[in-house]
Order: sequence, then structure tokens, then C-alpha cells
Amino acid sequence: MVVWTDQERAFIQDIFSKLNYEDAGPKALQRVLIVYPWTQRYFGGFGNLYSAEAIKSNPMVAAHGIVVLHGLDKAMKNMDDIKNAYADLSVLHSEKLHVDPDNFRLLADCLTIVIAATMGSSFTASVQAAWQKFIAVVVSALSRQYH
Amino acid sequence: MSLTAKDKAAVTALWAKVSGKADEIGHDALSRMLAVYPQTKTYFSHWKDLSPGSAPVRKHGKTVMGGVGEAVSKIDDLTSGLLNLSELHAFQLRVDPANFKILSHNILVVLAILFPIDFTPEAHVAMDKFLSALSLALAEKYR
Repeated sequence: MVVWTDQERAFIQDIFSKLNYEDAGPKALQRVLIVYPWTQRYFGGFGNLYSAEAIKSNPMVAAHGIVVLHGLDKAMKNMDDIKNAYADLSVLHSEKLHVDPDNFRLLADCLTIVIAATMGSSFTASVQAAWQKFIAVVVSALSRQYH
Repeated sequence: MSLTAKDKAAVTALWAKVSGKADEIGHDALSRMLAVYPQTKTYFSHWKDLSPGSAPVRKHGKTVMGGVGEAVSKIDDLTSGLLNLSELHAFQLRVDPANFKILSHNILVVLAILFPIDFTPEAHVAMDKFLSALSLALAEKYR
């Protein structure tokens, strides 16, 4: 079981309280599609992803970015049992979406960078440590049901 | 995934904007690396103080970013340009190359914090590729 200090819990709650899903979600997904273009393989039905400009103005990407970011709410609300909270989503990503779990790590890194850019200097090293621990637990839970 | 002309132009342009804060970037990236990836502290057991703001962390952040700056100037041939640094890391420092990725990630985080407007997704992909190529050049002499 993952052990969270009170400070880590506070940092995570603080990040989510300040999080603008409509801004960060699209930005994170756009960034992963631009920085790691092979991730576009999962979005064949999203239309024009042929350039960074196209990706940044694609409404389906923006909408889906918000959906994906809200997927983290489950972890924030169930920090003491993220593993089981994500069992169904893990099965979904494995059995239905067929997403290589390495992509979770790529999206996590891009999300970290988007949050850092938004929070600026208040995203201190300690906050970053708590956030990366949190996101690593989510990535692990999402990868868990793959076989 | 080698650097295209577009990548090199993007890296050079971004570096021109950020190099004035190179020392601060190095210090912050190193501090974050030590805090977020505690296993990296094993390489600095000889330092009295590993906390952010300490003299050794500041000094070393400056050294590391000096290396990055040198790499930018030698972007057309990183492997030969960084031969000396590669030998240093391979034979003396013997830093596990997996750690290059960790420090690179933290450099990107600091760039996002200090330059949120300039660190666009396009600048990000070019910088990520550059730091990966730099890491590869650093690991050249390892075995």
C-alpha cells in the first residue's frame, strides 16, 4: 500500500484545487501528440493531426484532453487505494483501447510540464516530488491489469 | 530520431532566450533531480550539503549547464564535440546513463516554469530530442 505523508496529501489536493481542466487537459494531450508523435496512432479518428498547429486547433483533441484529465479525479479521491480504483480503467485500456502502457508515462511527463508551466515557482521541488509520486502510482495502477 | 535542421534551429533559438539564466536553470534542475529522484543522491555522497540553494548544488548546476551550452555550440556533431565529456563520464564519474534521462526531464520542467510562453510544444520536442542526443553522445565512451 502506498504511504502518503500529510504534506504529500496537502500538495496533491492543492494542485487539483488550482487545476483548470479545460486548459490543462487539452494542453497536455496536445503536447504528448506533438512531442511523441507515435502516440497519434491511437487517434486515427480525430481528423487532422498533421502539424503542431493542426493538433493545437483540433477540437476533438481538446475535448478528449479534458476527459483524460478528469480521469485523474478518481485517484485524487481514492489516494489510499488507487490500485483498485483504476482496475476497470486498466482493463479498458488493455482490452478495448489496446494502448501500450508506456504511453501513460509519456502523458504523465507532459502533464507534469503543463502543470509546472501553469503553477510557476509554486511548483517547488517538494511539490514536484509529491506530484510525480502520485502520477507514478496512477500509471502503475493503469498498467496493472495488462496481461 | 536524429536532429533535423528544424530541430537545431529551434534549440538554438530557445537557447538564445534562456542561456542568460543558465546558472539558475542548472541549480533548479539539479535540486529537483535530488528531491524527486532520491537515488541520484548516491553520486554526491562527498557533498556536505545536498539541499537546494547550497553551494555545491549551485556550483554543480552551473557546471552542468556549461556542458549543455557547449553541446548547443557543437550541435552539428555532438558525438565528436563531446568526446572529452564522454570520457569523463565513462571512466571517472561512471554515472549510470539512465540518470541522463532523469536530469533531462528536470531541465525541461525548469524551462516550463521559467519560460512558460517560449517553451511551446514545438520547442519542447526539439529540446527533448536534443537532450536525448546529448545523453547519447555522453554515453558514447561507456563501453
